[in-house]
Amino acid sequence: MALRRVLGLGAALGRRGCCSKRPLPPDFVEALRAVVGDPNVSTAMAVREQHGHDESMHTGAAPSPSCAPPDAVVWPQAVGQVQELAALCYRCRVPMVPFGTGTGLEGGVNAVQGGVCFDLSRMDAITELSLEDFSVAVEPGVTRKALNGHLRGTGLWFPVDPGADASLCGMAATGASGTNAVRYGTMRPNVLNLRVVLPDGRLLHTAGPGRQARKRAAGYDLTSLFVGSEGTLGFLTQATLRLHPLPEATAVTMATFPSVRAAVACTVQVLQAAVPVARIEFLDEVMAGACSRFSGLELPEAATLLLELHGSRHGLAEQRQQAEEIVRLNGGSGLAWAEEPEERGRLWAMRHSAWYAALALRPGCQGYSTDVCVPISRLPDVVVETKRDLQDSGLTGPMVGHVGDGNFHCLLIFDCQDPAESRRVHAFTQRLGRRALAAGGTCTGEHGVGLGKRALLLEELGQEGMDTLRRIKAALDPHNLMNPGKVL
Amino acid sequence: MAALRVLVGVKRVIDYAVKVRVAGGGVQTQGVKHSLNPFCEIALEEGVRLRERGAASDVIAVSVGTRVCQETLRTALAVGADRGVLLEVGEGAAVGPREAAAALAGLVGRLQPHLVLLGKQAIDDDCNQTGQLLAAMLDWPQGTFASRVELEEGAVRVEREVDGGLETLRLRLPAVLTADLRLNEPRYATLPNIMKAKKKPLEIIPASALGVPLPLPRLRVLKLEEPPARGGGQRVQGVPELLERLRSDGRV
Repeated sequence: MALRRVLGLGAALGRRGCCSKRPLPPDFVEALRAVVGDPNVSTAMAVREQHGHDESMHTGAAPSPSCAPPDAVVWPQAVGQVQELAALCYRCRVPMVPFGTGTGLEGGVNAVQGGVCFDLSRMDAITELSLEDFSVAVEPGVTRKALNGHLRGTGLWFPVDPGADASLCGMAATGASGTNAVRYGTMRPNVLNLRVVLPDGRLLHTAGPGRQARKRAAGYDLTSLFVGSEGTLGFLTQATLRLHPLPEATAVTMATFPSVRAAVACTVQVLQAAVPVARIEFLDEVMAGACSRFSGLELPEAATLLLELHGSRHGLAEQRQQAEEIVRLNGGSGLAWAEEPEERGRLWAMRHSAWYAALALRPGCQGYSTDVCVPISRLPDVVVETKRDLQDSGLTGPMVGHVGDGNFHCLLIFDCQDPAESRRVHAFTQRLGRRALAAGGTCTGEHGVGLGKRALLLEELGQEGMDTLRRIKAALDPHNLMNPGKVL
Repeated sequence: MAALRVLVGVKRVIDYAVKVRVAGGGVQTQGVKHSLNPFCEIALEEGVRLRERGAASDVIAVSVGTRVCQETLRTALAVGADRGVLLEVGEGAAVGPREAAAALAGLVGRLQPHLVLLGKQAIDDDCNQTGQLLAAMLDWPQGTFASRVELEEGAVRVEREVDGGLETLRLRLPAVLTADLRLNEPRYATLPNIMKAKKKPLEIIPASALGVPLPLPRLRVLKLEEPPARGGGQRVQGVPELLERLRSDGRV
């Protein structure tokens, strides 16, 4: 559709066009079947199309429908099969695309050069659970909710919670984050080891086989290199994760503010007061209105903060008092604390359905989420400027954000059939990306670069940065077979 | 209002997320993850909330099964029960709703609780009988499929989920209640509580010692098999061919 042209995909800086594809070599599919068996290979169009897109705007529908679906989809059942398949693709120079749950937001699984999609969801073992060491190893088929369900009764949990019920290895591949990052961190600090199948089929354990030391100073940090590599350096076939103890007590509150600046300033002050807030989420008045209508919760249409505190019973009372003071200082109101799981669940469900609530504002339109992240000190200015830009551009873009990290999303809802509006959206996102970079931030806080942000990545890292990335990529994947067309 | 003694029944079942397999004519349980039956968790949560509100003084978790059920009782203690009782049966003993209800009835005679809370059914056999059988054996009132429980002086007001909607009953205590899904959202056990649970009392009583003779099982499993594997779908060219195929398959 017009949108893809408008967003400048596949045209970043003279790179090879997205449609340059070579057909699969003869007998190649038979060779795939020989490794994993007939039922685990598919060349059916419906299956390929399903694996050719994620939950982003990059649907791969037009201008070239044949661009984004892979030529074949395989379901390996064990890491040995992943290795054999990778070695086969490497020998025949066939592109490879890893696939977990397909819930990414940047077109990371779109097979822009065709090739083989490795659907790793059948590898779903949870192993090496150590309750004393707070660690567990999971394969790509395990999602974050499935892991937390498995951990029920152990007193431990895995806190990284992006909106979707995503594959944990996929979350490692995109460096995912969520509402809890302000206290528990993003994926990066919570991945202790990765079992990677390199493009040529060799097996690499980034921290050494079978190790999960909580800290290490042994050689280059390969684990961190592969976290956020978005499938361009190898297949993440197992991740060893750091688990955390469940909080003894939890309390959630919602406060409304007279202005966006007041709400964001309150956030900055809560953090500077060193209140160990577990979640601090911002909704602007448009988003609050949308969520209110969508979940039937009757909230005031005003800039809103959702705060969650974790701690012991005593510690919680103290945190609550501190938070209440700061909220009132910034003109906030409506502080009723919810402690029962049912009430807390209702408030967070309202927040987590933000995407759908935004889409419901203009039925029939598509959505695109921006993802900038800036230093906390610059957050109030950037948010207020962005809001003004939204209004000046006449766009529908409710804002929601993990303001505790300086990360916020504009959920742009627009009619992609309308070229004028699409152009305004594109221009707005470019300005927003550059505004964030100018404030010392990043163009993508948690969604990744994928297809759409490669040009901004150059601006963010500079030529030296990009050259270094390319040298590393060339060292590990000299024939550019791993998820080509993404990130670089 | 006098504080009540509450007895909560919990069952150890195969975890809800596990794919159940048939092996050797029976369900494969060796090496398979087990956990607390989800409806029993809800019943337990309600008992713990009653104690937190001051309406109950004592929450006792009980399970009928083999020695390994101790781990389930420890989880119940970690969630907030004050003490646990295992009514132990031998390995391989068939414990269905009738046997469980009989054993629980024996324990009720010994402990004299004011309220018995059970899950409405177990997710392994889906029988939905133990609560009802127990109430009949004790000749106590029963409030099954409870979605809301409110205590009053000497009585309990129960909102039940029934086919036609919601029914509210007022039952004189002592009574048996079984928990339905919407009664509450159970809490997770936290590490400090898991530590504390190790020190809470857990008594093991042979089921046969309760003065209630365990009746001989009246059910015998003749055959147990997995459903047939799904065959592949087939495309037809249009409605006439579809009808032809349906007719030749004897479905129309």
